[in-house]
Amino acid sequence: MAEVLFWPAVLGYGEAAFAYATVRTSRAATWGVRLGWLAQTALLGAQAAHAGAFPWSTWAGSLNLFVWLVVGAYLIWGCRPRYRLLGLAVMPLALVLFVVARIGGGTRAGAHSSDGNLFLVLHVGFVLAAFAGFTLAAALAGLYLWQERRLKRRAADILRLRLPPLAALERLASRTIAVSLPLLTLGLVAGVVRQRERGGSIDALEVLTVLTWIVYGGFLALRPTGRRAAYLAVCGFALVIVARLALAGGHFA
Amino acid sequence: MTLALVGLSHHVAPVELRERVTLGLDAASELARELGDAVCLSTCNRTELYLADADDEQALAALGRIAGEPLDGVAYRLHEDAAALHLFRVAAGLDSLVPGEGEILGQVRSAYEAVTPGPLLDRVFRQALAVGKRVRTETAIGESPASVSSAAAALAAQVFGDLRGRRVLLIGAGRIGELAAGNLASRGAEIAFVANRTADGARELAQRFGGAALTLDELPARLGEVDVVVSSTSAPEPVLLAGDIPGKRRAPLFFIDIAVPRDLDAAIARLDGCFLYDIDDLEAVVAETLSGRRSEAERAEQLVAEEAERFRAWRASLDVVPAIASLRAHAEEIRAAELAKLNGRVSDDERRTIESVTAQILNKLLHLPTVRMKEAAVGADGAAYANAVRHLFGLEDDV
Repeated sequence: MAEVLFWPAVLGYGEAAFAYATVRTSRAATWGVRLGWLAQTALLGAQAAHAGAFPWSTWAGSLNLFVWLVVGAYLIWGCRPRYRLLGLAVMPLALVLFVVARIGGGTRAGAHSSDGNLFLVLHVGFVLAAFAGFTLAAALAGLYLWQERRLKRRAADILRLRLPPLAALERLASRTIAVSLPLLTLGLVAGVVRQRERGGSIDALEVLTVLTWIVYGGFLALRPTGRRAAYLAVCGFALVIVARLALAGGHFA
Repeated sequence: MTLALVGLSHHVAPVELRERVTLGLDAASELARELGDAVCLSTCNRTELYLADADDEQALAALGRIAGEPLDGVAYRLHEDAAALHLFRVAAGLDSLVPGEGEILGQVRSAYEAVTPGPLLDRVFRQALAVGKRVRTETAIGESPASVSSAAAALAAQVFGDLRGRRVLLIGAGRIGELAAGNLASRGAEIAFVANRTADGARELAQRFGGAALTLDELPARLGEVDVVVSSTSAPEPVLLAGDIPGKRRAPLFFIDIAVPRDLDAAIARLDGCFLYDIDDLEAVVAETLSGRRSEAERAEQLVAEEAERFRAWRASLDVVPAIASLRAHAEEIRAAELAKLNGRVSDDERRTIESVTAQILNKLLHLPTVRMKEAAVGADGAAYANAVRHLFGLEDDV
């Protein structure tokens, strides 16, 4: 039953992924994001109710939760017309990841979960929330690089196809990272505690996540500006992608 | 009631003629009052007289007197729906030299508020103001800058966002440079420094713009303290070289070079965090935004046409208003006469109940014919319906 909710969610995200392409349809796109996100929230709620515990500890389930977090973070400023192109960057990605999550079985209301450990919930929740923030920061950084390039090249259509100002993109990306890094820190601490409870050795994904932490920690410590800041945010996101892919390798096993 | 328009604009009259008939707000409203129920809209690009039930020949003659020559072959005259459509297009900025310019809407409002128009002009001007606002809300026609100076300020905003608190260095006293500085200041930027070849020239600029005066030699030392540089000198050589720009900056620097020959070294554009726009770049941006305005103008024309149709329907509905009013008065007269027959035969409470019930019956009975007549009026059958109602209910004598 819960799986039925996948369809309104994917329809909303799909509509938004295309409707953000033009100014005229961007309002409809924002509604698509809102309705899709509400449907996905209901889906997650139904999954949680069915499992009776934390149902997103598989790679596909965590991807489902990750998409929800990314879209939720985007919604914070997704309603602004000036950030239409951010929607165009975020929503197709969310759509694809959501479909992948479904193919991997992450949207099913599966068997009752036995993974009710508090530290697992905190670990997965915080790390995915941080990754969602880094994804958004990378999208903002990508927009920054594009806008900066257009300004440098003195594109004649710069005022017709308007992006947010460079200063706003830079500020928002930095703030998003500043919020996300503490979440990643908490997620890592929760993961370490859980690992000590269960025993076991450090795996490659953990090393990768620590590396991601170092990159974003360096971002906040060095406080780079302009193009350098944008490149660093994108580099950090590359590590997030690799970490997400490595998750499929059995980190939760 | 008839609506007429007499006027001339940049489409039909050269500036030499337009400037003779351009009137200040007081003079324009005085002229409107002389002509009766009228509104006079006078700007640098047009002087137009909108008249309700007034003689347009007299209005044309009045304009001719102001111009000092007869305007028969120059001025345009429009009537009824065409006059309303013209006003809607004017208010929407579609008849302006730069499509979508926003100033005209305020001028239409001022002209309207300067007089006390009758119901027809009141309606058409209120609708024109609504049309102007709607076009600006529902299309992007007025969003992009239409001049080099405003484009420069808009580009700076693309880098910095809010320009409040941003510091500007103005080099030279070129006219477009001053306009660009004015545009930046109007968005909240601060003119921090003004520089000129000579100290006297710099001081004179500083008095006008309020910044500190600099000579050209002092420029490199001050570049670290500003966000935007606007240059428009007549110097034959560049006044700033790439080597003059401080290497370690955390904030971007935006350069606007409006001079020909150029004041700023083209190599500045290659520096990290520096953005340089010269006059050709700005003109290309303006040309692009104007083409965007023209495409938005097509959408705006559709909105204006919709509003013109609404006005036409409203005018047509006025044709049946007298018949509707007579019908209602006739019915009310019958009701009052019948109620009078009850005097002394019913209690006050019963009388109030009967009055209420008969009023409701009357309203329900007349509602549908009223609606149908108004609907018919929008088409071509309004007069026929009105005549039929008068004939059927014996209202001919009331008209």
